[in-house]
Amino acid sequence: MKFTEEHEWLRADGDTVTVGITEHAATQLGDVVFVELPETGTTVVKDDEVVVIESVKAASDIMAPLDGEIVEVNEALADNPGLVNEDPLGEAWFFKIKANDPSQMDGYMDEAAYNKMIG
Amino acid sequence: MTDLKQLPLRAVHAAHGAKFVPFAGFDMPVQYAAGVMAEHKHTRDKAGLFDVSHMGQVLLPLGADAALERLVPVDVIGLKGGRQRYGLFTNDAGGVLDDLMIARRAGDLFLVVNAARRDHDIAHLRATIDGVTEVTDRALLALQGPQAEAALARLLPEVTAMRFMDVAQIGWQGAELWVSRSGYTGEDGFEISVPTDRAEEIASTLLAMEEVLPIGLGARDSLRLEAGLHLYGQDLAEDISPIEAGLTWAINKIRRKGGAREGGFPGADRILDEMENGAPRRRVGLRPEGRAPMRASVPLFAAPEGGAQVGVVTSGGFGPTLGAPIAMALVDSAVPPGATLYGEVRGKRLPAAQTGLPFYTPTYKR
Repeated sequence: MKFTEEHEWLRADGDTVTVGITEHAATQLGDVVFVELPETGTTVVKDDEVVVIESVKAASDIMAPLDGEIVEVNEALADNPGLVNEDPLGEAWFFKIKANDPSQMDGYMDEAAYNKMIG
Repeated sequence: MTDLKQLPLRAVHAAHGAKFVPFAGFDMPVQYAAGVMAEHKHTRDKAGLFDVSHMGQVLLPLGADAALERLVPVDVIGLKGGRQRYGLFTNDAGGVLDDLMIARRAGDLFLVVNAARRDHDIAHLRATIDGVTEVTDRALLALQGPQAEAALARLLPEVTAMRFMDVAQIGWQGAELWVSRSGYTGEDGFEISVPTDRAEEIASTLLAMEEVLPIGLGARDSLRLEAGLHLYGQDLAEDISPIEAGLTWAINKIRRKGGAREGGFPGADRILDEMENGAPRRRVGLRPEGRAPMRASVPLFAAPEGGAQVGVVTSGGFGPTLGAPIAMALVDSAVPPGATLYGEVRGKRLPAAQTGLPFYTPTYKR
């Protein structure tokens, strides 16, 4: 598993990468009440805003961590956005992206480096 | 960059896991360990303690009641001793400079004003009134919720006899507490002005009670939104008249057309005319159809595509008691009351139904 400075986690299965947010991020956001997901088949470039998360406090964006195509989104979040707080590293994944260049993953942190960053 | 002012209860907040944010020049707890949703529900079910010490507390001589009436469209002269009333400072254009609470006590008038408007309001009062005193040695707490009375009565048995908007000065272990039965949540409850050097002791005593949890600014905002209560700077502003804001009820009969002390406050011409002939805009509640919240400043349209803007969201978010997004908005009066409106959120127009206000019916003890 890899981690971005934007508090996303990435889990690769071949060139398909599942993306979610970390427990730290979910805690900071507070109670999530709405998640807007991209459409399957959308082509994205790294740093495109692809997901909007609204908590009781505010709205925040999730950026595409890689170039590629969105091949699956987690529809369960539309009906149950609170999953993001309950199981951010598991059931509350946001989308799967088919990476154009899986080596883009190499630039991201491992778990130890991420934990060091969030202190 | 100015330094943030610290609340006298900062250590108590930190001990309860508060996250702090800057608000109106103060470093304020936005939430505690439980989180906004749990804090909101706790206040509706049991009792929540809020530190609102950032708000301005001001004393005026009793004889200033007539002078104060020249600044607010409210019956201050007729306010009975031991009672409190909601008021508004209006401007010459008929807009609102701030909203406030006015209490008549045995020896003075006691005002509570918004933190962000404190300096403005005190200067505004001093321009025409002698003897305006800012209270600087007191904290302000609010205890809100269906179990607030039972909790506070353990310290102050007298409060059970108070009704909504009663005020009293009550001794507690050598300290004088200024208590009003009022709040900003839609729940029964109390606001309690306490000497700063006793604030921690009283807050800790209340927080030690099983039914009382500390509640941050986040839940304060969602609670007042559900109760349809205005936030100055969003739902009230210098370019919004009290009639547009849905505050006609706050203008007492005696200050209205035909009343014994008709008018005589800033902007009376416009405000009294709007009462008779209607205002260009009106306040409405909104229930967005999906789950996406419509927050303040979201523009509103009458159609899913095209057409001119017909309104704007002034406060919006998620209503935990309703389990759905809710908002308050100002819309052109020409918009039919039953019409679906469309809020433009991130470039997409999303439907929302107009509703009456409040979303949550207050449970005041009248």
